[in-house]
Amino acid sequence: MSQRLVELEVLRFNPETDAEPTFQRYAVECPEEWVVLDALNHIKETVDPTLSYRWSCHMAVCGSCGMMINGEPKLSCKSFLRDYEGVIRVEPLAHFPIQRDLVTVIDDFVTKLKRVKPYLVAGEARPVEAGEYRQTPAQLKTYKQYTLCINCMLCYAACPEYGLEPKFIGPAAISLAHRYNLDSRDAGREARQQEIAATEGVWECSFVGACSEVCPEHVDPAGALQQVKIKSTLDWFREHLMPWRRT
Amino acid sequence: MNSSPNRRTPTGSGVNYRNAEVERILETLHADVAILGAGGAGLRAAIALAQESPALRIALVSKVYPMRSHTCAAEGGAAGVIKGDDSLEHHFNDTVGGGDWLCDQDAVDYLVREAPRELIQLEHWGCPWSREPDGSVAVRPFGGMKKQRTWFAADKSGFHILHTLFQTSLQFPSIERYDEYYATDLIVDDGRCRGFTAIEMRSGQMKCFLARAVIIASGGAGRMFPFTTNGAIKTGDGMALAYRAGVPLKDMEFVQYHPTGLPNTGTLLTEACRGEGGVLLNRHGRRFLQDYGMGPETPLGKAVLKTMELGPRDRVSQAFWHDQRKGNMVGTQWGDCMLLDMRHLGEKKIDERLPLVRDMAISYLGVDPVTDPVPVRPVVHYMMGGIDTDIRAATPLPGLFAAGECACVSINGANRLGSNSLTELLVFGRRAALSALEFLDSSPAAGNAGVLAARAGEAQARLRELFGRSGETETVAGLRRELTTTMEEHAGIYRSGEGLAEACATLADLRRRYRSVTLHDKTNVYNTDLLQALELGCMLDCAEAVTASALARRESRGAHQRLDFTERDDANFLRHSLACYRGDEAPAIDYRDVVITRSPPGVRDYSGEQK
Repeated sequence: MSQRLVELEVLRFNPETDAEPTFQRYAVECPEEWVVLDALNHIKETVDPTLSYRWSCHMAVCGSCGMMINGEPKLSCKSFLRDYEGVIRVEPLAHFPIQRDLVTVIDDFVTKLKRVKPYLVAGEARPVEAGEYRQTPAQLKTYKQYTLCINCMLCYAACPEYGLEPKFIGPAAISLAHRYNLDSRDAGREARQQEIAATEGVWECSFVGACSEVCPEHVDPAGALQQVKIKSTLDWFREHLMPWRRT
Repeated sequence: MNSSPNRRTPTGSGVNYRNAEVERILETLHADVAILGAGGAGLRAAIALAQESPALRIALVSKVYPMRSHTCAAEGGAAGVIKGDDSLEHHFNDTVGGGDWLCDQDAVDYLVREAPRELIQLEHWGCPWSREPDGSVAVRPFGGMKKQRTWFAADKSGFHILHTLFQTSLQFPSIERYDEYYATDLIVDDGRCRGFTAIEMRSGQMKCFLARAVIIASGGAGRMFPFTTNGAIKTGDGMALAYRAGVPLKDMEFVQYHPTGLPNTGTLLTEACRGEGGVLLNRHGRRFLQDYGMGPETPLGKAVLKTMELGPRDRVSQAFWHDQRKGNMVGTQWGDCMLLDMRHLGEKKIDERLPLVRDMAISYLGVDPVTDPVPVRPVVHYMMGGIDTDIRAATPLPGLFAAGECACVSINGANRLGSNSLTELLVFGRRAALSALEFLDSSPAAGNAGVLAARAGEAQARLRELFGRSGETETVAGLRRELTTTMEEHAGIYRSGEGLAEACATLADLRRRYRSVTLHDKTNVYNTDLLQALELGCMLDCAEAVTASALARRESRGAHQRLDFTERDDANFLRHSLACYRGDEAPAIDYRDVVITRSPPGVRDYSGEQK
């Protein structure tokens, strides 16, 4: 297993002792096949137990370990050392307050997620005894992509609008609302529209598309946002130009 | 005095939540039911409570945000009888036989009966199950199952179950979440569980949760081992808390090795790889499982249920061990491997049914299953054992309930069948909630304020003592390495009395040395040095329960295989082991009879000739 000396420059900040963040250099021998998270774990175990960051699954599904790596939002468990040369700069996800070191405060995202009502709102109550809803593979496919969001928030760190206007509900939450709107079992679109078609909703998006570029699960939030815009525009036309068609 | 006039208890009686004496010591949070762990089982319990009794105050407490819980990593699916050619009896028989008759059969009956309901309920909550062309839910074959009954959402079934539950839970205002709180001690007074203390990670402050009932749903303890599919968070915290509070850990010697993990990272490649038709080869290209009681060979690409590659996990992992000893495995830089060959499935099927598997194999190992066989080796995956609960998910400690991997309700016995655990966390997560409600209805007496305050104070004093240590030489990372090395060496797929005795001695020593472990980080905010030290303490206690139970079980059954006692011994060991905590001493091992209602112990036959 080939090894190499990897240098990382990691943002450090402890609110109890530091007035502002600083960068700390670590140099550790790492196998070439490792990911950045492995290097951080190696540092924590052998060099500096005070370094703080979140991680768990090491397979890009729990969404804990999002960080800025050389300025790009990445899952550190899927960022391979072999893809980086020179010093690797590791910082907490952009646009979120730093709690400590690489740990961010994510209350804002968690609150927004709840606001968009990301759960199935049934048209009429269906007892369990009635069995499953029928949903064809084609119906499943219309929304399946948007179910794959792991809430890692890389898209928020990449989104220039969220950086400028923190009230923007943002890519992941809107994609999730869109996911339920598209689900053949759901009847809750109107309730969700109040949030996502509002000023801080979809209209904040300027379609830069950075969210879809960084998404590790290929959810394509930018696509969801554009679809929501089109549907919301149609809603407006229905309501204002053809009020008799409104359902 | 009630804390709020619009909160009422299910019995309608006024209950005194406030406890001035405890509040003088610690900030205190009050709930009717406090749930420890917000993965699949914890969320399912919370939703059941919120639905059954909307006025309840539910505290959902976890050391991570719910969507980070390890339920998200489950891939293959959840078992539940749904198709016409299947029956509850088949699911029962597969599970009991798969568990080598160590399952409690009344609990298995409850599981298989409730399973379809729970899976349909999830469907009604929006879970994106994969579908048949007619729109009904699709099922896939799984190891040790006689019929196709594993519901799946591609190969991210656990992820979708977790997110469906988490998102569904957001609509219930009575579920109050406490994300990133690490629980340190259960509070017990007058023989009843009254709550727990927990550290709020963002402030470092210890808080006291007082509740009329507590449900532990905190997951397994796979991180005791160095090579595991388990995420970093699976450190046996809830198991250790219950154990230290006097609840036995049951059947801890049964540790499941999943046969197919990536050899370098331990990343799980789901059993569905084989369910969809993938095969296991040794270095001669031979489907070697046929040499270990799981033959004859089945046609390539057409998985035959309950034999060959669809044998149960314990048998497949053991076959690997034997074939490795014969020198038949493929040597790699990460050790000996077998080959998981899926090439004949074709790119289309792999992308549709196993997209995550393909992505993982390419990303972490540089092998594309479409074009090459993937080297894999058995990897620690699941704890069959855990907190002793009965069929109602109740522990012997009144007021304390447990569900999911942390619990041992004994549906898995000596070997869990793949796709039964996602079902288990739904069925028994809900059951724990219902039992907690019944317990509240019995109007349990309020705790003694002075005693509760003393317990909370003791928990805080222990934490202060840990912070105050200095100049000691023991480190968290150092002790953890010795722990995991010991477990891998002596508590693996095959064990011996000699090795286990050595492991017990080593663990006793590690536990002694742990008492002088020193923190490098003495600050408060998100102190992961502290967190890891506490997690290590939990893993050491769980590990000792594993090795002590394994040493005492002088037979081979399911996932517990002894080189010095190679046969199953029903006369002496058709019993659950119960490891009972004794402080600094090694645990006492007790036993309890298995509940057998109608299936007497038989032969586990996974040859193609069975049926």
